[in-house]
Amino acid sequence: MKQKTTTKTTYHIPVGPIHPALKEPVFFEFEIDGERIVDVDVKLGHVHRGIEWASRKRNPVQILYLAERVCGICSYCHPAAFALAVEDVADIEIPERAEYLRVIQGELERICSHTLWAGVAAHEIGFDSVLFLTWQIREKALDLTEYLTGNRVTKAITMIGGVRRDITKDMLPTIQKGLQYLKDNFEKLRHVFLDDKTFKMRSQGCGILTKDDALKLCAVGPTTRASGVKKDVRVDISYFAYGDLDVSHITPDVLTGEVNGDVYDRIIVRLLEVKQSVDLIEQCLDKMPSGDIVAEPKIAKLLNQLKKVNGEGIGRHEAPRGEVIHYVKMDGNDAPFTWKIRAPTYNNILPWIPMLKGEQIADIPIVAASTDPCMSCTNRVGIVKDTKSYELTKEELHRLSVEKTRRLML
Amino acid sequence: MGFSMLGQVFTQMFKKPWTNKFPAKYIPANTTKFLEDVGAGKAKIVPPVEVPPGFRGKIQYDKEKCIGCQLCLKVCPCNAIEFKPKEKKIKIYLARCCFCSQCNDICPTKCLSMSDEFLLADADKYSKDLIVE
Repeated sequence: MKQKTTTKTTYHIPVGPIHPALKEPVFFEFEIDGERIVDVDVKLGHVHRGIEWASRKRNPVQILYLAERVCGICSYCHPAAFALAVEDVADIEIPERAEYLRVIQGELERICSHTLWAGVAAHEIGFDSVLFLTWQIREKALDLTEYLTGNRVTKAITMIGGVRRDITKDMLPTIQKGLQYLKDNFEKLRHVFLDDKTFKMRSQGCGILTKDDALKLCAVGPTTRASGVKKDVRVDISYFAYGDLDVSHITPDVLTGEVNGDVYDRIIVRLLEVKQSVDLIEQCLDKMPSGDIVAEPKIAKLLNQLKKVNGEGIGRHEAPRGEVIHYVKMDGNDAPFTWKIRAPTYNNILPWIPMLKGEQIADIPIVAASTDPCMSCTNRVGIVKDTKSYELTKEELHRLSVEKTRRLML
Repeated sequence: MGFSMLGQVFTQMFKKPWTNKFPAKYIPANTTKFLEDVGAGKAKIVPPVEVPPGFRGKIQYDKEKCIGCQLCLKVCPCNAIEFKPKEKKIKIYLARCCFCSQCNDICPTKCLSMSDEFLLADADKYSKDLIVE
């Protein structure tokens, strides 16, 4: 990136592509005045793996598993959105029971993702005992995922026209036990995250995204809802079984009565969404009708049917991080003509700029992590000051963050 | 409250850790040798956490039932299956397998199934343990 000319008081800190707080590569260039961030520039595109290109040699059933590997944490929302897009092209009607089962999987993924994020956020401000507490609770959600799908992370549950595994009656007690555990421990988590002094000090009034900025920069998911924008695909368009369920937008004013758009509000939104997800799964288990779980059980027949279709389709799904859009064009061949993914983090990158302006260097990890970005991991930061350059490692940046927490405590 | 985690951290000190010490309580000096000893019955292994019903582990292949229809080759996302035209049977390379069990679903004679076995690490990706035929 080209070095801008600066006045004498400011200097530049390039962060990345190897990144401090986040687990994936992205490039920042900060303009710093002492400890304060004056300006930020973001550059993307360091983890291009050619997944969309790889899809051109595979048929839709094979692509489901490719889509699952776009991201480890969103291993349900990508195949689900892809299946929605293909069903849109091929006019496949999904059985009602499958719609409910898809909601259950989607919400279970949201619980896993949000609790994982909460743990990482605690780690970023140097509160590691909370990281272990949160992940202990997340472990139960993962056990439940494993019980329902067969594996912990790569679920392989989606099929075009439905799902691959049913929930039978004898599975219900185990599921309810798992959900009860999550409900019992939710209060503990809420208390630690929302009442604790350490969290309040570091997150209130930090990394503010105003409602105007959120709308202008098209932020999605919990990031935009924390700024008071009522945007949620589950409510806005009726897909899966969300039309029949009691689901509403979660904004921080539900709990506190005011919207600040800071990191604290993003914590509130994500925690309340965990509670909402548990509630949605329970509603699904109650209301689920009996019937088929997949539109066309014979996969060979389904593949022949998909070979003949022509046209374009779009699948939209509310992933844990926001709206994910898949676009598919089929032209009568085995493989689709094109497949395009728009992941939610793409929209949540630009809001970093208004969030980080005016913050301190030690706040970079928690503010950047607060949008729950999903890109890949590294641990070096290079600082170039005048002509001398030195490196700031992840450990160093983390130490700065921990030190700030300690400073505030005194 | 100021320090809401204090009580939790204190009680945790007297609780048993959640971690299952698999395969042994302390790291053996030589893992390969330790596993050999376990096989010979000389050493004891700490058992792994049990897998749930319906877990997708190593593929099992019933050669007699297979009719050589090649449908599994068509749906395998990672091209892990090879067709042997002479015998009209298949060969599965587990080093490439992504354990999605899609081949199990499409098989008309149900000659493929998933087992509970998950300890498949090997230095050689073409080793005998990693090829099912």
